[in-house]
Amino acid sequence: MDTDRLGRPIVVVTGMGIITSLGEGQAANWQALTAGRSGIRRISRFPIDNMKTTIAGTVDFLPVAEQSAPALSQHLAERVIEEAVAEAKIGRPGDFPGPLLLALPPVEMEWAQRLALAAASGAPTTGDGQVSYDDLLRAASSGKFEAYYRRFLFASVGEALADRFGTKGSPIATSTACASGGTAIQLGVEAIRRGDSAAALVVGTDASVNQESLIRFSLLSALSTRNDPPSSASRPFSKDREGFVMAEGAGALVLESLASARARGAEILGVVEGCGEQADGFHRTRSSPDGKPIIACMRNALADAGLSPDAVGYINAHGTGTPENDKMEWVGVSTVFGERAGAIPMSSNKSMIGHTLTAAGAVEAIFSILTLRHQVLPPTINYDIPDPSLPVDCVPNVARAVSGVRHAISNSFGFGGQNVCLVLGVA
Amino acid sequence: MADDRDALITGIGLISCLGSGIEATWESLASFSPVLDLESFAPFPVHPMAPLELDKQIPKRGDQRQMEAWQRIGVFAAGLALDAAQLKGNTDLLGRMDMIVAAGGGERDYAVDAAILSGYGKQENPGGWLNERLLSDLRPTLFLAQLSNLLAGNISIVHGVTGSSRTFMGEEPAGADAVRIACARIAAGQGDVVLVGGSYNAQRPDVLLQCELGGTLGRAPFAGVWSRQKAGGGMFMGSVGCFLVIESRASAVARGVAPYARIAAVKTDRCRRDAGQATANAQAQLAALPAFDAANTAVISSASGVAAPTQEEAAWLATLGLPVRSTATAIGHSMEPAFLASMALAAASVRQGTLFPALDPAEAPMTAPLRSALVTGWGHWRGESLALVTAA
Repeated sequence: MDTDRLGRPIVVVTGMGIITSLGEGQAANWQALTAGRSGIRRISRFPIDNMKTTIAGTVDFLPVAEQSAPALSQHLAERVIEEAVAEAKIGRPGDFPGPLLLALPPVEMEWAQRLALAAASGAPTTGDGQVSYDDLLRAASSGKFEAYYRRFLFASVGEALADRFGTKGSPIATSTACASGGTAIQLGVEAIRRGDSAAALVVGTDASVNQESLIRFSLLSALSTRNDPPSSASRPFSKDREGFVMAEGAGALVLESLASARARGAEILGVVEGCGEQADGFHRTRSSPDGKPIIACMRNALADAGLSPDAVGYINAHGTGTPENDKMEWVGVSTVFGERAGAIPMSSNKSMIGHTLTAAGAVEAIFSILTLRHQVLPPTINYDIPDPSLPVDCVPNVARAVSGVRHAISNSFGFGGQNVCLVLGVA
Repeated sequence: MADDRDALITGIGLISCLGSGIEATWESLASFSPVLDLESFAPFPVHPMAPLELDKQIPKRGDQRQMEAWQRIGVFAAGLALDAAQLKGNTDLLGRMDMIVAAGGGERDYAVDAAILSGYGKQENPGGWLNERLLSDLRPTLFLAQLSNLLAGNISIVHGVTGSSRTFMGEEPAGADAVRIACARIAAGQGDVVLVGGSYNAQRPDVLLQCELGGTLGRAPFAGVWSRQKAGGGMFMGSVGCFLVIESRASAVARGVAPYARIAAVKTDRCRRDAGQATANAQAQLAALPAFDAANTAVISSASGVAAPTQEEAAWLATLGLPVRSTATAIGHSMEPAFLASMALAAASVRQGTLFPALDPAEAPMTAPLRSALVTGWGHWRGESLALVTAA
């Protein structure tokens, strides 16, 4: 059967590509993740004087010509797409047979560019001289900075990827904050279920560890300040958790209808069985105290997959390591799964790779599929002090071999109240 | 043939320099004269937002304070659309309603930016000083006014739309793709009622800076989008909020609401914009539309004014021989909501059964009754979109 119980095309994954602070590629990432290694390090990309948080999961092992969030995000996306498309053996070079669904951080000119414009404007930058946006506009009118214009259009990354990989139609760049990767996957699943396309290229990418982004999160008191050693900072579910660690990464998935994958003889890596979402109208940064949106999100995903909670054998937690998130995620999980909740392994990849923000939903969906394929549960590292209010089996500190785990869910909860849950199944 | 899965527009919220609401906009269009602010951002004219009675759509002052202008514009327009569709207070339906927002980013703190730009070069350790300034001068909540997805977040908070929430980014095509995905989901039974829209605050130096880096802004004096091409073209930006409630016919009938119009088709595509590629996309999109009666059809164009794409679009439109109106002439160009605003004007015109008067000497009058409208959405940089709006 190529269709599900509702007559919809079954959506499978036939290619994956991944980069995190742990390394590049599925093999390197999986090896490090199951060894319990941390990718968090001291920030070397910009000065950290006066910063309360001086660590991040940066991807700085790949040389790039240009340092800006969209440039680096695009570069990571290109590399993970190369890996995913090569594995899927789909289409031809520069000719991917489906749409591009991209999870992308918001794009904005950065300080390097503002300062370059100020310098070029001729405005006095010594003594009592003042520089205003009028000066920047005058510099812009010289026509010498057109490269900035193209770089900082929101459409620039998607358009560049569409040009390079030959995806079909208008590329969609989506942002639902930390749920973006999940939203992009959901958009791809829906397109295939509608029969719009037999395949879709989904990518989540985020390389926005820069001074201002770090400070913005810091000002919201969202980040861990446990800087020493960096590897100890991200501690989901531990009683002494105090915030998340900003991180970079990218994940690409080739989604395909089961019928198309079979017809091509493609290897099926996993199944996207269901997607659920539910927005939260409670507050801009806090989730509803009753957990209703999170609960509804997971239930919607299970209903979409046609599965009861009993079928789920592993939860890839959103698990950011903020006091609030982990508490609310447990409220949601314990309500949805009832008495089984504490017995279902539920680990957080973010303990090792940090929070890859926009990319997290895609990166962690890939790790969830690798978890099902290998039947090995990646651990939650830095689990030193159990939190009695969160009686969770977080696969503490050491990976665990399992058997018979056929269905996993992957949670993504975003700032601004946007929640996505995916149900992933073995091939 | 009426079908349960037809996508109908049952609510419109449009705010711009021409007024608050589609009715006020329609009245302004009947005796059009451009509304421009020539001074604030000289030499760049902008179409300023009309005065808004914010309390009517954003009753809590705390909510108003938590937002910057681009979010207030969007949340206000979303409220108007929900009002028009008689959805306000329908907690159950709002809690299941889907939402797709097309958004850029939010305002910066211009005083903080200016102080940093002025002082940076005078420091011994400029990097450390930048950190110190940002840490002490940025308002913690400003981030929440800047994030693209927080327009949708605020709509969830203020209006209670929480079934789903997705934000698309990417200038004009983001707005067109939001409409396309909403219609596709309705047609496939993946959703029944979708709030779709976006907002743009043109009265911001940082967005004008982004446009001017590409040399895309026009200078005074004002001329309509088509007429200004003789002087080299360019965009006059406008502050715009536009939301539509797009609903399956089955749902609209069940709720007993009168639709404005039907979205019979919406197509989006892209190209590198080599000569003729955008025209080829538009031609292919036109060929894929359902049949319409040309004698009773007009074009609502979202052309930005930027010379190359606007002139190519004008040449293509000339081959159709239909009356044309330019949304950007009326309310300025607005990036993400530009296509949505054109859809709103098309839907209102189809419901009225008449096209509004020409806005520019290059636009022909139309005396025949209007039964359908083509809506174009060629982005100022990338993306080509085409929709057919018909009587419901």
